[in-house]
Amino acid sequence: MDSILHFFETFASSSNVFVEALLLTLQLAVVSLILGIVIGLFFALLKLTNKKVLHFIYDTYVFLIRGTPLIVQIFILYFGISDLFLIDKFWAASIALAVHNGGYIAEIFRGTIQSIDKGQTEAGRSLGMTSSMTMRRIVLPQAFRRALPPLGNQFIIGVKDSSLAAFISLPELFNIATTRGSTTFDEMTYLLIVAVYYLALVAVLTIGVKLLENKLSVSE
Amino acid sequence: MAKEMIKIEKLNKSFGPLHVLKNIDMTVTESDVVCLIGASGSGKSTLLRCINFLEFKESGKIFLEGEEIDPDKVNLNEHRQRIGMVFQHFNLFPHKTVLENVMEAPVQLRKQTKEEARKSGLELLAKVGLSDKETEYPSRLSGGQKQRVAIARALAMKPDVMLFDEPTSALDPELVGEVLATMKELAEEGMTMVVVTHEMGFAREVADWVVYMHDGRIVEVGPPEELFGNPQEERTQQFLDTVLS
Repeated sequence: MDSILHFFETFASSSNVFVEALLLTLQLAVVSLILGIVIGLFFALLKLTNKKVLHFIYDTYVFLIRGTPLIVQIFILYFGISDLFLIDKFWAASIALAVHNGGYIAEIFRGTIQSIDKGQTEAGRSLGMTSSMTMRRIVLPQAFRRALPPLGNQFIIGVKDSSLAAFISLPELFNIATTRGSTTFDEMTYLLIVAVYYLALVAVLTIGVKLLENKLSVSE
Repeated sequence: MAKEMIKIEKLNKSFGPLHVLKNIDMTVTESDVVCLIGASGSGKSTLLRCINFLEFKESGKIFLEGEEIDPDKVNLNEHRQRIGMVFQHFNLFPHKTVLENVMEAPVQLRKQTKEEARKSGLELLAKVGLSDKETEYPSRLSGGQKQRVAIARALAMKPDVMLFDEPTSALDPELVGEVLATMKELAEEGMTMVVVTHEMGFAREVADWVVYMHDGRIVEVGPPEELFGNPQEERTQQFLDTVLS
């Protein structure tokens, strides 16, 4: 009973600090996921051309991203780039996360774009639309809808992976939990608290994606 | 003399080792309805798709209203805007309503205002008998309704020629009639049409010319009463015996 009470007391008393960290985690997640979508879409479109050299660039990108741990990518970007020019921690983490998520998002987009029936493209082209207009007006809206469930999944992974930014001492949720824990010798309580924040974040995200899916599925 | 809308000279097309169109010559004059008939794999759909460059010919020439359409020199998108196409599987845009399907190309390509496109879109939907479906999504329509929307969508670009690629082959038998009726109406208004079809009744009744294809070649061309009534070629006779028996 005491320990439960202790948890809630600590939760309440630390809420100021954690809410600030939560906002930073949110910023990190939003920036990196939006950038990740742009990067992912860009690479997916490279793969959908018929240029071998662009396919090679795509394959190399996806291979490197999927083949190395995110933490290594963050360290390379932060410590590697800061040798060349100074890069803000937040942007180092955001860009590393964006490039990382972009690799997975590219695969999601590539798959869903390719899954759209060829007849859709033919219908657009037969009306006289250019290939880029057909892609933008006809194929991508359908592909995006189909991509939403796996994209939502990737967003959840992205939010949780943002905790790795703690290792370049960005004061986001996980960082605050571990520093608080080690200064108070009460690690367990703070780890449980931070777990609650992540759960809440993921719950909101899950509901948001679900609502968007429902909204977009009116035509089906 | 009526205007030549489509003229095809010595058209050849292969898919890999498969030579699917062999030295095709064909002319379609204004307001003609030409039905392409023949067994599956005879090349009729490919021929149709070559006319608006969904497939690219290997050799030969294609003229539209007297002008040679050379894909290297002509803007194919502008060329395609003059040719409407109706597909076997409708290919409606599932994320757009019926009216949005019809409005899409005029708004995007003809730079019509939404209001103009909406007005003419509603007129076209009325013409194909679907005035009450404007806000529905395609998934809520029957096959016959979908195909009539597809016809309206193609007509929205005010094409000079309409191509139909087996427009009733994917329909339940009881829905074939409504689509054929719409096409017949269009033919009566003087639309130039090329129709790949297995509906011999439609070909007999509506076509000005029937073209029988076999193995990538045009075997016989004639007005329906002659081609169906008194085919000159043995192959045509054999084909008709199979489909009409």
